[in-house]
Amino acid sequence: MSVFNQSRQTIIRLIFAATFLIIVVRLFTLQVVSGKYKTQALDNAVYRKVVYPDRGIIFDRNKKPILNNTIIYDLTVTPYEVKDIDTTLLCSLLSIDTVELKSRIISAIIKNGRYRPSVFEGLLPIDLQAKLEENMWRFPGFTLVERPIRTYPYRAGAHLLGDIGEVDTAIIRRSNYFYQMGDYVGRSGMEQYYESVLMGKRGVQNLIKDNRNRIQGPWENGKYDTAAEAGRNLYTYLDIDLQLLAEKLMANKVGSVVAIDPKTGGILAMVSGPVIDPNDLTGTARQKNYAKLALDVAAPLMNRATRGLYEPGSTFKPLGGLIALDVGVINAHYGVSCSGAYYGCSKVIRCEHHNPGHAANLRLALANSCNSYFSQIYRMTVDNSTDHSTKKGYTRWMEYLNAFGWGEKLGIDLPNELPGNIPDTTLYNKVYRGQWNSCTNVTLGIGQDKMQVTPVQLANAMCIIANKGYFYTPHFVERIDNETKKDTILNRFRVKYSPLTHIPDEAYEAIHAGMQDVVESGTARIAKIPGINICAKTGTAEKYTVLDGHRIKLPNNSMFVCFAPRENPKIAIAVAVENAGFGSTWAAPIASFLVEKYLTDSIRSEKMKDLERIASTNLMPAYLKRRQFIADSTRAYYYFNLRKDSSYIRKYLRGYRPHEEKPKEKSIVFIQPKEKKDAIAGRKPAKERKDNRNTHLFIRGQQLVGNDKKTLKAQISG
Amino acid sequence: MIRSNSEMSKGIDGLVLWLYILLCCIGITSIFAATYREGDDIVRSFLSFKTDYSKQAAFFLVSIVAGVAVLLMDSKFFTATANLWYAFGMLLLILVFPFHSNIKGTKSIIKFGGALQLQPIQLCILFANLALSKYLSRMETDFTKSRSQMIAAAIVIAPAILAILQSETGLALVYFSFFLVMFREGLPAVILIIGFSFAILVVATLVVDPNVLALTLTGIAAFVIYLMRRQIKRHKSVLAGIIGIWAICVGIQRFAVPFIFDHVLQPYQVKRIYDTIGKDYVPKDAAAAEDIAKNSAPKKDDGDYNVRQSKIAIGSGGWYGKGLLKGTQTRYSFVPEQRTDFIFCTIGEGFGFAGSMVFLGIYIILLFRIVTIAERQRSTFSRCYAYGVASVLFFHIAINLCMTMGLAPVIGIPLPFVSYGGLSLVTFSIMIFILLRLDKDRQMVLR
Repeated sequence: MSVFNQSRQTIIRLIFAATFLIIVVRLFTLQVVSGKYKTQALDNAVYRKVVYPDRGIIFDRNKKPILNNTIIYDLTVTPYEVKDIDTTLLCSLLSIDTVELKSRIISAIIKNGRYRPSVFEGLLPIDLQAKLEENMWRFPGFTLVERPIRTYPYRAGAHLLGDIGEVDTAIIRRSNYFYQMGDYVGRSGMEQYYESVLMGKRGVQNLIKDNRNRIQGPWENGKYDTAAEAGRNLYTYLDIDLQLLAEKLMANKVGSVVAIDPKTGGILAMVSGPVIDPNDLTGTARQKNYAKLALDVAAPLMNRATRGLYEPGSTFKPLGGLIALDVGVINAHYGVSCSGAYYGCSKVIRCEHHNPGHAANLRLALANSCNSYFSQIYRMTVDNSTDHSTKKGYTRWMEYLNAFGWGEKLGIDLPNELPGNIPDTTLYNKVYRGQWNSCTNVTLGIGQDKMQVTPVQLANAMCIIANKGYFYTPHFVERIDNETKKDTILNRFRVKYSPLTHIPDEAYEAIHAGMQDVVESGTARIAKIPGINICAKTGTAEKYTVLDGHRIKLPNNSMFVCFAPRENPKIAIAVAVENAGFGSTWAAPIASFLVEKYLTDSIRSEKMKDLERIASTNLMPAYLKRRQFIADSTRAYYYFNLRKDSSYIRKYLRGYRPHEEKPKEKSIVFIQPKEKKDAIAGRKPAKERKDNRNTHLFIRGQQLVGNDKKTLKAQISG
Repeated sequence: MIRSNSEMSKGIDGLVLWLYILLCCIGITSIFAATYREGDDIVRSFLSFKTDYSKQAAFFLVSIVAGVAVLLMDSKFFTATANLWYAFGMLLLILVFPFHSNIKGTKSIIKFGGALQLQPIQLCILFANLALSKYLSRMETDFTKSRSQMIAAAIVIAPAILAILQSETGLALVYFSFFLVMFREGLPAVILIIGFSFAILVVATLVVDPNVLALTLTGIAAFVIYLMRRQIKRHKSVLAGIIGIWAICVGIQRFAVPFIFDHVLQPYQVKRIYDTIGKDYVPKDAAAAEDIAKNSAPKKDDGDYNVRQSKIAIGSGGWYGKGLLKGTQTRYSFVPEQRTDFIFCTIGEGFGFAGSMVFLGIYIILLFRIVTIAERQRSTFSRCYAYGVASVLFFHIAINLCMTMGLAPVIGIPLPFVSYGGLSLVTFSIMIFILLRLDKDRQMVLR
């Protein structure tokens, strides 16, 4: 029988061969042609553990650490290991209930799975960590995991040192996916600017994991691992004692202090008021404080030294004098006769002095801060006959200011610096349709109008004047630990810029003499320090704001600039205190204390009382309370509309209430007719208020209301 | 001993024996690679017989001992007792129903004591092979008659039906490999072709939209009628035949397949089939969904996950593989069931395409050698038996490899000699040794 079907063995062999051929082809496509399985296998089994290095430490000029690392602990849980734990003890330690405990473990399972640890309670306070440490053996499955955080040993320099935070998707995208979810990155200040230096180099450990994501050991014996390199330290010019003093003086004030060493451009101190404690924004404290600070209308998180825009007021006058001298429209002996106001243009510019001869020459005019004199020389500079055109003259004047670093970003080593505002002719052409002359913006000559600068720019201008024409870009960092040729980040701070050295020394000397007289015999006698020749200039800039639909005049900004000693300048300072009053009252003594502290390393004992008085004075502008209330209410109303839940409104109204008596029928004050609103707020009806426009005056936190300006002014002077 | 050994080894096919030993060693190594954990004391765990690879090694020794015993027997013993064995096997299969133990997903295992367990359906492959060979080699069997063909088919299909009743669809399919033996012995080729066409039709039903498939079938029928219009003119019955085939095809596609899927197969099996062809299976009712959930718990162990992980493991091997014990996928249990049904992943990942080629080469040489052996037998019994061995091995290998590479649905079929499993190793070993014993007496005519 076998004979008949002999040929069928071939068919059977063919079936075998064909099937194997199919398998071989499939194997070939799987293993050789298709590459995706290799990457999928790596994704499956290799866990790239990022090893974070310690961030670099920041030191001040005396090698004191001002930004350091410390360790706090997270409590993590691995759900499948949790067995027979002392639930009551754990709950009482963490002050949670068992329901919360269960729900947290469940959410850990959902988030990270049963077999991998997830954070149960992050950033434990030290005392809680100690208590837990003792009892850890009672809680199998729970572990304390170290986590390095940043700490600020002197509780100073929040704005300039900055903070770190978790990366968001935008940063990850911008970094070309260098950063990964969960990485910490400098989010502000020097932490952000020097991120590449401070962060060090992340190491990568390739670890094998199994199907339940449990780590099994190194992959390929660590062949592809890279070691972590610690971040490098930064040595700064900052003087932490000076910084602490400045922060003490600026407590409860809105404004800024910047002190620069003119010889190097190194920033010695930089304060932005309201002063905040940087430790409030690290570790456990951050969650508690961040929202409060971020929602504060006084913007305590904003660094006013680089982002605050101030009209320089009279502090502009040394610059105006220098420009006029260099253009050649005046010499040091030029004088004007001022009788208390400048009448050269249709609008009258008042001057604080009216005794004759107070502006007999440049030196006197500077010392007495004569508005007429500087208005006059501004007009002369801009209308200079050799230029034949106000606009050309204005452009040249503007270029001088740009050379002083105004109207452009200085490029200091902090992120998000503002350029200030020195408008060019196009703005005036637009506003006045080309029809303008030197009278239109004559107040530029006394540092008002549309001119705005940041305190850093103001201090830097002082450096240029002190150095007679040259400057280094203001910066904090003197050197980087183990600096190599590859570190180009500091190169631009070591370049000497000489934008104004072409101005003759005599011109500078004339200005210096005038500025010295400001302290010796002029407006800032309060700042005088025996044995030190200080060159300074006070400034008092007018401020207005719109509140509740009315333009109101605020107390003046108190401005002060100085450098010292005159012969060999070692420190240049700019101080701005918002809505405080005269420059000589607040800003001048603050600067004076800083100069004294820096140059003599101590404060005279007879001045200590003054120091304490200034430090303890609360100069927070009064209008901020009202503005905070408006901001909070608006937000509350927004959330109320969003959620239809009045508890949101209660939440936001918990803080400041303008008046105690609340209407019983409704707690929502925003949706009531105007008359009722006024009644609730305790104001006069809107109609009456209209007549009294411009007569609301805020002076040092007091709101003065009256119908007559004269009586009000009497009140102020009284 | 030595003399008797040389006596015993005379006439034994060395190639098959060595390939068999080689495959068993590969199997133990692969199981070792799949289950060894860093820091295990290899020597101690081999001696303690607690780990899977040492157990497999022990079963290999048992197999060798059993094999030597088989070689020492008279070859007439197998022909004489074939039917007895078959009856014994069937009895065991029936006994499974009342005595099976509670194991997830199957009702085919009897447990003795703690460790020993018996799956009669695996043993029955051997018995069915013997019985089929015995029936085909009977003097009075005339295999050209359809009655004999029916009886032969019944011998192999009976255990298959019992296997399906025990929820072992995969092993039931193995019994259909005996049709290759019958084909060799004269079963009309048309039956194989019909069977094959039926399989294609079923797959097409699943993959192609029903209406499109019906239209295509109608189109093919119309085309054939057009081609054969002359014959049809002469014999009207041809037309009737074509229309009849068309009607059967459409009937299968329209009614039979849906019926089988809805009523015969378990929902989780249907889902696995759908997984293989890459379609989403929507359970028709809540009970079906529950069945799927029950049979694929824990969540990751569904067929789709297995196959995906297995493909990743094999695919990541590349040309030359990652080396023994270096496969990240197989070593860290990403592939479920990898010491048993998915053992090929270890080889694919560890030794790559080159290693897999060598491995497949061993199998194909073994299969071709067995066919050669079959053809040199004088007795029909030996030939049928040898073809049976070749067919069963071939079916196991093909389905298992296709399964690991995502070409076939996941049905639990082991890879012969390599997969972990004492019973399957011993069964396959005895099968091979009986073949060697019969081959030793290839000049004899056994009845």
